Amino acid sequence: MNKTYLIFKHEFLQTIKKGGWIIMTLAVPVLALLGIGLISLMNNISDSGTDSVGSIAYVDEAGIITTSNTEEETMLIPYNSVDDAKEAMLNSEISEYILIPEDYTSTGIIHRYTLEKELGTSPLTIALIKSFLTRNLLKDQVSPHLISLINSPLKLQVTRVTQEGDISKEQNSMANLLVPGIFSLLLGLSLMIGSMSLITGLGEEKESRLIEVLFSSVSIRQLLVGKVLALGTAGLLQVLLWLITAPFLVDLAVSASGGAIGSIQIPGSFLVLGIVYFILGYLLFAVLSIGVGAISNNGQEGSQLSMIYTMANFIPLWFAALLIAFPKSPIWIILTLFPITAPVQTMVRLGVSDIPSWQILASIIILLISILGGLSIAIKIFRMNMLMHGKRPGLTEIIHSLKKA
Amino acid sequence: MAVIEVNHLYKSYSGKDAVKDLSFSLKKGEILGLIGPNGAGKSSTIKIILDFMKPDSGEVRIFGQPMNEGFKNRIGYLPEERGLYKKLTAIDLIVYLASLKGMNKSLADKRAHTLLEQTGMLENKKMKNKEMSKGMGQIIQFIVTIIHDPELIIMDEPFSGLDPLNTEIIKNIIAKQRDEGKAIILSTHQMDKVEELCDRVLMINNGESVLYGDLKESKEKFDKNSVMVEVDGEIGKLSGIVEQRINNGCYELILGSDATPQDILDQLRKKGKIIRRFEITTPSLNEIFLGIAGGHNE
Repeated sequence: MNKTYLIFKHEFLQTIKKGGWIIMTLAVPVLALLGIGLISLMNNISDSGTDSVGSIAYVDEAGIITTSNTEEETMLIPYNSVDDAKEAMLNSEISEYILIPEDYTSTGIIHRYTLEKELGTSPLTIALIKSFLTRNLLKDQVSPHLISLINSPLKLQVTRVTQEGDISKEQNSMANLLVPGIFSLLLGLSLMIGSMSLITGLGEEKESRLIEVLFSSVSIRQLLVGKVLALGTAGLLQVLLWLITAPFLVDLAVSASGGAIGSIQIPGSFLVLGIVYFILGYLLFAVLSIGVGAISNNGQEGSQLSMIYTMANFIPLWFAALLIAFPKSPIWIILTLFPITAPVQTMVRLGVSDIPSWQILASIIILLISILGGLSIAIKIFRMNMLMHGKRPGLTEIIHSLKKA
Repeated sequence: MAVIEVNHLYKSYSGKDAVKDLSFSLKKGEILGLIGPNGAGKSSTIKIILDFMKPDSGEVRIFGQPMNEGFKNRIGYLPEERGLYKKLTAIDLIVYLASLKGMNKSLADKRAHTLLEQTGMLENKKMKNKEMSKGMGQIIQFIVTIIHDPELIIMDEPFSGLDPLNTEIIKNIIAKQRDEGKAIILSTHQMDKVEELCDRVLMINNGESVLYGDLKESKEKFDKNSVMVEVDGEIGKLSGIVEQRINNGCYELILGSDATPQDILDQLRKKGKIIRRFEITTPSLNEIFLGIAGGHNE
């Protein structure tokens, strides 16, 4: 029987029996269920109307407030002076107060006083105060309907149109980022755990000299290719298991959110590209881990070294907010083409915008070249350094190894 | 045809010679004892033979050809520091590693059971490696080394960490392998085992061969021409002796080049001494080893 297959079979079975792999595989549906539970809970809380500001006092030194003192569910209670309002707040009669200074109409400045520690005024409070002021300022100038329209949030309905002028089947929505975003995070975590697992295994084999027994039976290429393929297949199995549970979880999420996330549209190419990048990502990280495993003395040292690329793998997620704000920036193209960030970056970008085909093609080609070239280099480094114990080779020695191999 | 033929091997690390002009050969049905102090170059020699690393110059021929992947199934290797996959059971590990040597599963399983029985480990076959003692682990590794019936067996310190009972079991299996025609390299510090098992010996010091050949002939080369004598009372003055030492009433007499043990025995008899012990001494391998290693390292 082919020795690469025997190594592959052994490594694959060992990988999927490992706690890290099992936990990661189960964690996704479990966390998704917890998330769905949380959405459902938040919906219930929202429905029960407990999300309100409470009572706010105001001191109107500008003399502009003339209408009712109720805004939405919040009581707006007038006070004659700042001292009275402050005393009421300290006595817990009101939760906070605002001061509309005499020169408000010229400066536009309002002062808010609160006992709460907070990073900033909540959007709800801002909207409430703004609505209150607008209603009073425009009361005699425009109709109540117009005032209500001004106070309402902008209802922007965007329709995406194809190059042919038809309405696109894939409409824009923030919800569309949900699936690629979650998938990217899982991909990043999965690559990190997979790398650690491979490095730990290699470290154990090197430390115990079992590697010598293996190399007296198989070639370095057979061993390393078997390991890389096993890790890639274990990753693929993981994503397939997630995909099997996905329809059930999406249905559950839609009903739990009361239809709020029912508008999720997964880009058509996402599924195929997701699998392609998952496999390529796994293979690339396996190759990198072999290189790191070759120059480390043990699993612990290797895991520390691997942090360089496992952390870089998460860069696209750190800057996801910037990607949403500036999707056209050339930096995203660079991260799409750079092999270490390519899998996660491409997945995140698919949720935010279209990616030109040439970028995806170039990214896949670069990944494939990196995997094949990296494997060849990793095998050379491994061959030269597998017998070194207790001393990690320096950069000069690694370059020397590559020249000599 | 020699199973291994090593010709003028050189290997250096960072300018220091690890192996220097080393040549030797090994035939079928022969055990070659590879001995030398720590850092002498034994492990480097083994790793070059197994093609784990390339020599700077020189040639290694296995089964008459340069080493290639196809020969790996015909070689059994037991490294000095031994480790096992901790979570695998003994039987699973043996069968897996045997499959990498080209054995099919059922044959590997059958032979594993035979060897486990021979080594008294059959009842532990389902034990996970992490639960095993060091000695048990070593026996499993030894089984892994020979399970595929290799023609060439290379063992680095096969007895280290074994209790006397297991040492005897392993020693007998090694001897049996030799009798079946296997070529064996036995690298060890345990000189008594080399004397008991090996047909020939290769002593390396500072990467160089300092003693190589038939074990008996090699020992004779270092014969000090001495006898051990124990008699009632004093030994008295004897001719032909250049040096004498007394240890617990036993005399070690170093003879001159023209004197023979028979001359000494005749003189003692003429003197009417009651002889309790008269033994022609040959140096042990350990003494030769210490003498050579000490001399070269001075």
